[in-house]
Amino acid sequence: MNLISKRHSVLPGFGLAFGVSLFWLGLIVLLPFAALVYTAGGMSWADFVGTVTAERVVASIRLSFGAAAAASVINAVFGFLLAWVLVRYPFPGRRFVDALVDLPFALPTAVAGIALTTLYAPNGWIGRFLEPLGLKVAFTPLGIVVALVFIGLPFVVRTVQPVLEDMEQELEEAATCLGAGRWQIFRRVLFPAVLPALITGATMAFARATGEFGSVIFIAGNIPLVSEIAPLIIISKLDQYDQAGATAVAVVMLAISFLFLFAINALQWWAARRHGAGR
Amino acid sequence: MSIEIRNIQKRFGEFTALDNVSLTVESGELLALLGPSGCGKTTLLRIIAGLETPDAGQVLFAGKDATHTHVSERQVGFVFQHYALFRHMTVFDNVAFGLTVRPRSVRPGREEVRERVMRLLKLVQLDWLADAYPAQLSGGQRQRIALARSLAVEPKVLLLDEPFGALDAKVRKDLRRWLRSLHNDMHITSVFVTHDQEEALEVSDRVVVMDHGHIEQVGTPDEIYDRPATPFVTQFLGDVNLFHGRVDQGHFTLGDFAQPLAEAPAAGGQAVAFVRPHDLEISRAAEGALAHGVVEHIHAVGPIVRVEVAAESSGKPLEAVLTRERYRELALMLGDRVYVRPTRVSVFPAGDAQDYVI
Repeated sequence: MNLISKRHSVLPGFGLAFGVSLFWLGLIVLLPFAALVYTAGGMSWADFVGTVTAERVVASIRLSFGAAAAASVINAVFGFLLAWVLVRYPFPGRRFVDALVDLPFALPTAVAGIALTTLYAPNGWIGRFLEPLGLKVAFTPLGIVVALVFIGLPFVVRTVQPVLEDMEQELEEAATCLGAGRWQIFRRVLFPAVLPALITGATMAFARATGEFGSVIFIAGNIPLVSEIAPLIIISKLDQYDQAGATAVAVVMLAISFLFLFAINALQWWAARRHGAGR
Repeated sequence: MSIEIRNIQKRFGEFTALDNVSLTVESGELLALLGPSGCGKTTLLRIIAGLETPDAGQVLFAGKDATHTHVSERQVGFVFQHYALFRHMTVFDNVAFGLTVRPRSVRPGREEVRERVMRLLKLVQLDWLADAYPAQLSGGQRQRIALARSLAVEPKVLLLDEPFGALDAKVRKDLRRWLRSLHNDMHITSVFVTHDQEEALEVSDRVVVMDHGHIEQVGTPDEIYDRPATPFVTQFLGDVNLFHGRVDQGHFTLGDFAQPLAEAPAAGGQAVAFVRPHDLEISRAAEGALAHGVVEHIHAVGPIVRVEVAAESSGKPLEAVLTRERYRELALMLGDRVYVRPTRVSVFPAGDAQDYVI
């Protein structure tokens, strides 16, 4: 603490600003977490284990994280491609497409859910062509992935885009002069430079997807053990006045999310150090 | 390997970057392309590299047409002003890049790559930084690494685009001397672009002065400096004082002043004489004077003394450079009335000359 308070800055009021922001962070972010853990602490260990290892709960948590992971991988690939096209190729209507990317941010998630369900339902616009192929999207885990891809896309595009924009043309020219082919330039020069941003974007999409509720419940169909997501389990437990049970599931989700974020932050830190930014 | 450039034409929209430029770079020489920004020097360099395609004209490498050869097959080393190092790779991997992207059949083995990279890093005196990342290096070090990286593929031609442009004055000076000695050892045909006339004159074997998309003069640094071919070259190479006069019967005349000319402009008439500050003598005697005026400013820091004289005829300030001894001898004071006499003039017909502004 001594180290912080002794630092001089052009702008006064560091102590006050620091205090207020810590308090705010605590109030808005840490306090709910603490309440969560505290509430779950009211259960006996046996009850807690019993609740979170129930077949339906395990299936729903697996589905939530599995679908989120699948969606963020898909978003990483296509979000990168979209960002690439938006940055690299001037085409008519580029600004329009660029604005379109933010739509999943702006749209109320329930609206997105209803729209996707109408599209992919067995009698929907797309669903009716997929049905004969034996491909069911709505009311299956696949539908959940589709919804999560939809809401996660802007995260990847918006984090990768500025990095691609800032990348100097000279890097590619230097690589070409050294005899590298297009694929080698992409794989060894461009992609590694974008990778940290891509990981960040995919992580945000993932984090958002694990907790996503509004857009998913319509298209999921909520069939127990098949397409029932963890947030829904929490809500249905609350509906049955089982607050402790709901909190137990929430704590497990929190723990898993935290582990994921921790791992990805460690990866980021490692990547940043490799770039010499740690100096 | 020699480079021949034939009638190169390049436009960017309405802007003519290169207007029918022809040039030969001799094998093993270090050539400077010198000119103000926008003169087309960088475009020419990029066309030689193949990073830009000319609208018309040819580029020949060792007598063979290379106009349509792809960059990656031209075997040129290119050094960028802002280094363009790969940030996510170590210094070692940066230098090794050109070797490791080769097709498997011609790619050197791991040991050989290691040996060659370390040899290059020793050459640029940075072998102790092999494991560092570019972000950890200073500007001068980065540029040396960029040079080592371009040399790793054993290029036939080395092209440098304002290689010292982003560095501070001291490092710049050291580095260009170092480049000169490196070139003396390696004798690789090199072309470098600069807008700094001092750099061009100090480092290169020959200088090409360019302006507005065409070549003004090609010559050794001595030739360019001592016998500038055009008013533009005269003005671009350093400070000059301008005198508007006439050419009559092989003499430049201005009022009572007359100086015989060795190579007089063919036709008589209006003419402009350029005199460099160190070719302008200050005296208290009126004899042989080109102009006279009042000492307006004396800048006496360092080994030389700069004196500004407000010319009585034109009202324009004239700049003269004196040695300290001469300055003491004259005992100049502000407000003194003095005469100036040129020891050397470059005369051009008036039509060619225009005030050049950087």
